[in-house]
Amino acid sequence: MSIVFKPDETFRGDYSYRNSEAAILRFPFPFPEDRYMYSVNMEPHDGKGPSEAYCHGFDMDEHYIAECRDRAITLERDPGRCQVLPHMMSAQWDTLELLMDRLSIDYPEHFSLNKSGPDFGATWTWINRPLGLEQSFVFGDVATLPCEPFEYITRQAQGDFAICDQREGTLFLDAGMVTSQADWSLDFNVGMNFMEWHGPVPLAHQAGVFERALKYLMMIRLGQPVRRLNWTMTVNPRLDTAPETLPEWGPDRASLMPENIGRKLHLRVELQTLWRLPRSNALLFPLRCYLASLDELVRVPKWGKRLSRVLGTLPPQLVEYKGLTRFLPTALDYLAPFDDGETLSAGTAAGTERLAEPA
Amino acid sequence: MNGSSLQLRVVAAAAISPSLRHLQLASADGASLPPTGAGAHVLFNLPGAGRAHRNAYSLVNAPGSRSRYDIIVRRVAASRGGSAAVHERLQVGDALEAQWPANLFAPIRGARRHLMIAGGIGITPFLSYLQDASVRQTGCELHVCCRETEQGVFAPWLPADAPVSFHWDNEGHRLDIAALLGHQPAGTHLYVCGPSELNASVLNAAAAAGWPDDQVHTEHFGSGSGGEAFEAVLQKSGLSVQVAADESLLEAIERIGVATPCLCRGGACGVCVTTLLEGEAEHRDHFLSQTDQAAGRLIMPCVSRSRGPRLVLDL
Repeated sequence: MSIVFKPDETFRGDYSYRNSEAAILRFPFPFPEDRYMYSVNMEPHDGKGPSEAYCHGFDMDEHYIAECRDRAITLERDPGRCQVLPHMMSAQWDTLELLMDRLSIDYPEHFSLNKSGPDFGATWTWINRPLGLEQSFVFGDVATLPCEPFEYITRQAQGDFAICDQREGTLFLDAGMVTSQADWSLDFNVGMNFMEWHGPVPLAHQAGVFERALKYLMMIRLGQPVRRLNWTMTVNPRLDTAPETLPEWGPDRASLMPENIGRKLHLRVELQTLWRLPRSNALLFPLRCYLASLDELVRVPKWGKRLSRVLGTLPPQLVEYKGLTRFLPTALDYLAPFDDGETLSAGTAAGTERLAEPA
Repeated sequence: MNGSSLQLRVVAAAAISPSLRHLQLASADGASLPPTGAGAHVLFNLPGAGRAHRNAYSLVNAPGSRSRYDIIVRRVAASRGGSAAVHERLQVGDALEAQWPANLFAPIRGARRHLMIAGGIGITPFLSYLQDASVRQTGCELHVCCRETEQGVFAPWLPADAPVSFHWDNEGHRLDIAALLGHQPAGTHLYVCGPSELNASVLNAAAAAGWPDDQVHTEHFGSGSGGEAFEAVLQKSGLSVQVAADESLLEAIERIGVATPCLCRGGACGVCVTTLLEGEAEHRDHFLSQTDQAAGRLIMPCVSRSRGPRLVLDL
């Protein structure tokens, strides 16, 4: 299906970002049940799933051009949002190859990749039509690209990317391109190990979630990527909710009123995938961010009802950790009229191909 | 670019010594192979007399190759049949199945220096290390303990300027492990791959010299999901299935059409947890607590197997 891009929409300032009806229906809604708790909710990322968002290795949608521009703005203001430790060069080329191969195969109308050969030393030509880029370079030779390979390719992809080096029986966050994060800092976390960077998460440590997850992640095999969803809520459709820019977006939490919460409060879902990289043996960890406002979500009746129930039963520690405390009652008041209490089927699929009329 | 099994074809085969055979493999349909890194291995299904054997061999080709995989196999006298299959049965043009490459012995990219010690055929993972540009740039040396006559056997895979020393069991030629470890700069990572006695003596020498555990590495292959065959009785379904050596309990249950919820298929998520009614499980999962594993009432069929000939499950 061809993508109609929305090149002029914004994720800051006037926040003109909106989802089309098709984009709402493909939203990766994260709640299969009426209650939410942390779990090791990982499954194979195998081209199948309850919405089209799961069907490619790296999902691309109508927001692609606008998101790449927003990333460029954030990097211009703070180049430290992209950091790569020196021992990760092999993982950088692995990432470039994986993204270029996948995007050119999955979206041939938008990307082309021609190779004189598959190995280091071959000349590759990359064409990115939506961004109007063409680049010939020598695979394996940094000097032939305008910047290092990880930055080069992740400037042309939606979502954040981290690369974890695997050693000492754990994973180290040794590279990242992070401009659409849910309030965490690459500059603070870079170089940390898995338990260190998950230190602040409440409840899950006691449940042993991280020990199990780490063992599982370290066994992820080449050719068998996995995925999970994570979520939070963001006021305004803002990608850059970093601690570094908190003064710019933090006060927005106080701006929510009953009359504007449907338009301003967004469910923020990260489709997180994990890929074993072939040469470096590192793990690539893309965090693809999706935003949908409450107004948009309730147009899928099942999602409006389920979101009302999940938020209404969320453990208080999670309400606090996800930063929802101030506006949660207002959100629940907004959602309550959409929930008639009917029993909902398990699973996250929209269960409809037609949206309810906008409120 | 997703996948788990590879269809390969033997494109070259040659004896490089009385007990070593080199095989070169390409994709059966001519497509590109998945690239690999230094230290990677591939698990092969080798044709045997009556049954297939699953053996893992390190790749000795240069890292990143997408056209060929190379392995070197020593004929093992007490072979379960895999190395005999490579030496006696596989010929140029033969097809064989393998799993996608995996790597449980990758070089540590942040190391200040790489020190490698190999015993005999244990040199194979280090042949790929020495063809890795970043390992070479970092600084490295390889010490090989082998028969005096085998010194030249691996030359085709060793870069001409590779820092390699050979040692053998003769006065003046034995490797003095303690002396070697004693003069390494801080930040050096030590890798050993060889017979268990060599591995043990290197590990002991490193421990005695105060090397941090995180800087000492030995090659070991994962247990995978295979093992001894056994019978699984599904009580509720009134069915029984023979779990083959090279399939998981979960795969066997699925093969006879019994629906089992599952998610990660790697022993972590807990979705496929099943009540065990009789028999003793060999637990390989990361999900059950040690207490649960010891109690013996639950099993994760995606990875765990049976210690005995029979398990009875509440399925």
